[in-house]
Amino acid sequence: MEKLKLGNLELQSRLFTGTGKFSSSKRMEEALLASGSELVTVALKRIDIKNETDDILKHLHHSQFNLLPNTSGVRNAKEAVFAAELAREALETNLVKLEIHPDPKYLMPDPIETLKATEELAKKGFIVLPYIHADPVLCKHLEDAGTAAVMPLGAPIGSNKGVRTRDFIEIIVDQAKVPVIVDAGLGAPSHAAEAMELGADAVLVNTAIAIAEDPVKMAIAFKLAVEAGRMAFEAKLGGITKTAVASSPLTSFLD
Amino acid sequence: MFKEEIKKYNWDEVKSSIYGKTSADVERALRKPKRDLEDFKALISPAAAPYLEQMAAMSQQLTQERFGKTIQMYIPMYLSNECQNICTYCGFSLDIKINRKTLSDKEILEEVKIIKAMGYDHILIVTGEANKTVGLDYFINAIRLIKPYFSNIAMEVQPLDQHEYEQLIEEGLNTVLVYQETYHKEDYKIHHPKGKKSNFDYRVDTHDRLGRAGIHKMGVGVLFGLEDWRTDTFFAATHLDYLEKTYWKSKYSISFPRLRPCAGGIPLKSEMTDKELVQLICAYRIFNQEVELSMSTRESETFRNNIIKLGITSISADSKTDPGGYANPAVNLEQFEIDDKRSTDTFIEVIKKQGYEPVFKDWDLSLQ
Repeated sequence: MEKLKLGNLELQSRLFTGTGKFSSSKRMEEALLASGSELVTVALKRIDIKNETDDILKHLHHSQFNLLPNTSGVRNAKEAVFAAELAREALETNLVKLEIHPDPKYLMPDPIETLKATEELAKKGFIVLPYIHADPVLCKHLEDAGTAAVMPLGAPIGSNKGVRTRDFIEIIVDQAKVPVIVDAGLGAPSHAAEAMELGADAVLVNTAIAIAEDPVKMAIAFKLAVEAGRMAFEAKLGGITKTAVASSPLTSFLD
Repeated sequence: MFKEEIKKYNWDEVKSSIYGKTSADVERALRKPKRDLEDFKALISPAAAPYLEQMAAMSQQLTQERFGKTIQMYIPMYLSNECQNICTYCGFSLDIKINRKTLSDKEILEEVKIIKAMGYDHILIVTGEANKTVGLDYFINAIRLIKPYFSNIAMEVQPLDQHEYEQLIEEGLNTVLVYQETYHKEDYKIHHPKGKKSNFDYRVDTHDRLGRAGIHKMGVGVLFGLEDWRTDTFFAATHLDYLEKTYWKSKYSISFPRLRPCAGGIPLKSEMTDKELVQLICAYRIFNQEVELSMSTRESETFRNNIIKLGITSISADSKTDPGGYANPAVNLEQFEIDDKRSTDTFIEVIKKQGYEPVFKDWDLSLQ
């Protein structure tokens, strides 16, 4: 499989993972190691940046993992830029997963503030991965603003509903000049495979792994599904047809 | 404002509608992908009692989807038990002869030291209502004192004006909890005969003022025991629904205080059994997947051990309800008796044994 280039990173694994919602930091560590994930996102609000023995960070000290701090909790571009700068200083990385959801109920990303923050953060040298609605036009604006990737949602965060935005993801993939990472809502390995078959460059999964009865096994299942989906995409899937194509009744007169 | 909204509902009609719900209403509510306030009535009605196990399973699943296998830890810190209100059920009531105390800067920092050693990072400051001595200036000073030690500061004090909330938010206040006690306006007057708190409308509009001030999170609730808990709860859920739609940038939490014995306590009008409290917690979760559900140490060890898995998302432990109680445990100052007196370390082990992670930090003051 092709490696995925993101900023300075070259990633073998196209499964990005989250660190929230696990029943313990130890289980999180085991599951993320098993997933093969090389990019794990951490909420700035959950970690104690003043404390070097922070429980979450302690369990992510593996060469396999690159940390992707996220700005979850901020409500506008100004707060997001501030949070990103704090994270850069604390975790020594230019990567930032930009999450701006002023709506704490459904955690819907704010397109206007996200575009503003992306512009500013890109200028400041960040590698910006913004979490957004599956909005193809917004994706083009974000590219112009200097984004490193786009992270359209498959379905609302934590909903496990799958790729409900399929039609729009297809358009985004078709138009994109930056990697497309389907984030949020992927509840089963088959959803992840579906996103990858559509041509997504990667997926981000958290809830489905974290709250599974056996998170390690579920992590492996997602790893395999992402690989299968990617391989299928690279191998070029055949299109779907409703009828047999042996004969050409409409054009055979030309023969 | 909610004082206008509430006029759309008639207490007695709501009550008979809840008690008139049938098992068919309950089953429909359980089957639907999204529930409305009518479904909530069915879920809290006596007709839902036989469905408790099914409701518990749904509540657990919905909670895990949204919040994961985690429980947020917080601790209350009482700063003052001075109070100018008479509340018929409260240990801080003006007419009760207890020692009154308001913590000085030095005493606040002594409490903070002990609370930090217990591991807490989210704190809830609590007072009675004594506007002259424990008003805006006192709160600003208290927040400035404790801010370096905590990532999240919540407050459960008297209702304030919008501009006062704006100032406190600026200082670092994240959350405000204000419980209506009861939404029954006439009974409210009986239970709050004297003091600023006797103004029902001012209290019921508090969350509107908070929303306009741009608070991050606010808490809603009723005090169980004053009135019929099902009817009161319906009003609280209606309040929540109205607030979520109006102030969509704020987060919400619900608490479930059942009246506990306290100095000068009144006989309870409506008692809520453990089974009914579980039913209510599950009903809230099934009605609203996103709302935070909070549990204090008012409840027993057994109840708290088992409720962790059923929809609760934040919980306190090892709490003192008297000002200065962590550094200098004294008698005759507390608001109510707590039931679960286990240490934080012991309680954390209980949470972990249930397969949940106790989370101490889930906010950062830099995000305010």
